[in-house]
Amino acid sequence: MLPTPDLSHLKRQDYEHIYEPAEDTFLFLDAFEDEALFLKELQPKISLEIGSGSGCVTAFVAKILGESNCLKFCTDINPRATRATKRTAKHNQVSVEIIETHLISGLLPRLQGQFDLIYFNPPYVLTPSEEVGSNSVEAAWAGGIDGREVIDELLPYIKCLLSSIGVFYMVVINENKPDEIRNIMRQDGFDSSIVKTRLAGREKLFILKFVRATL
Amino acid sequence: MRLITHNMLQCHVKGCNANNFPLEFQEVELEQEEAEMNEDFLRNMLTKLEYDALVSTCLKLGINDLPATMPADAAYNDEFLQILHRVILETHVKSGKMICPNCKHIYNIRDGIPNMLLAEHEV
Repeated sequence: MLPTPDLSHLKRQDYEHIYEPAEDTFLFLDAFEDEALFLKELQPKISLEIGSGSGCVTAFVAKILGESNCLKFCTDINPRATRATKRTAKHNQVSVEIIETHLISGLLPRLQGQFDLIYFNPPYVLTPSEEVGSNSVEAAWAGGIDGREVIDELLPYIKCLLSSIGVFYMVVINENKPDEIRNIMRQDGFDSSIVKTRLAGREKLFILKFVRATL
Repeated sequence: MRLITHNMLQCHVKGCNANNFPLEFQEVELEQEEAEMNEDFLRNMLTKLEYDALVSTCLKLGINDLPATMPADAAYNDEFLQILHRVILETHVKSGKMICPNCKHIYNIRDGIPNMLLAEHEV
């Protein structure tokens, strides 16, 4: 079993401004542990975490891949989160390329079809639409109607970003209508599966995995 | 921000679709930070880099170690790989600006992190 990344450098006051790893984060880590063999065989050359927050997940994935041959990008809209990701990477001896941006803005078309691995723990909580679009800690959870507003903004880009062997992982809850998301992605040519699911309090969490459908 | 990252960013202001790469550095503070050499990683990156953009960017920063064109045997040219390693993985931009050659939009770099966010009306 791989240890959870060391986050001891992040303090209570940091978590007033960035999302503190919680059940959803830990389920994501467990899913990556299950997928470790697949990911090692995939040998991604360029990866991307969207909304890296504390940097916990990227540090964990980096450990799975080994400090190897993968260029690891992280984005976050929250300046404090980008700095936390940077500190976490350093603290756990991994290198990441951190960009302060909205989802994937600034990466296309230059990096079209270049990502072998993308992962996203989106703001999936159902909130009023007005709460979507901040660049502080609310950006980590406020998902608008059905918790889908940010997710739906990203989905059309996945087909542009992923390479032919690329894989995309995303955290969702039941209220986000996972089947509907899988249908949307099927229209874009992706097969999907549920790699992990867990009941955490009132939230039913899923980790979805998408790969390009083989003809 | 390492120079490899700069090589992969471009302007995304609405309507700015041509001549928007590479972004031009201004008032940058550079720092060298040693990193472990990994030949396989560098080989993987050879096809991912926009080499001409890298060379022209480096020249403007006063880094003139890279050959003008990538050697044909780049993947197994130790001397070249070492220079490439030093330039794209060990050269960090601590602070400064990146300016779009087309629309002149300014992207700031602070604490070694590029900020690619746009104002509402630019999206």
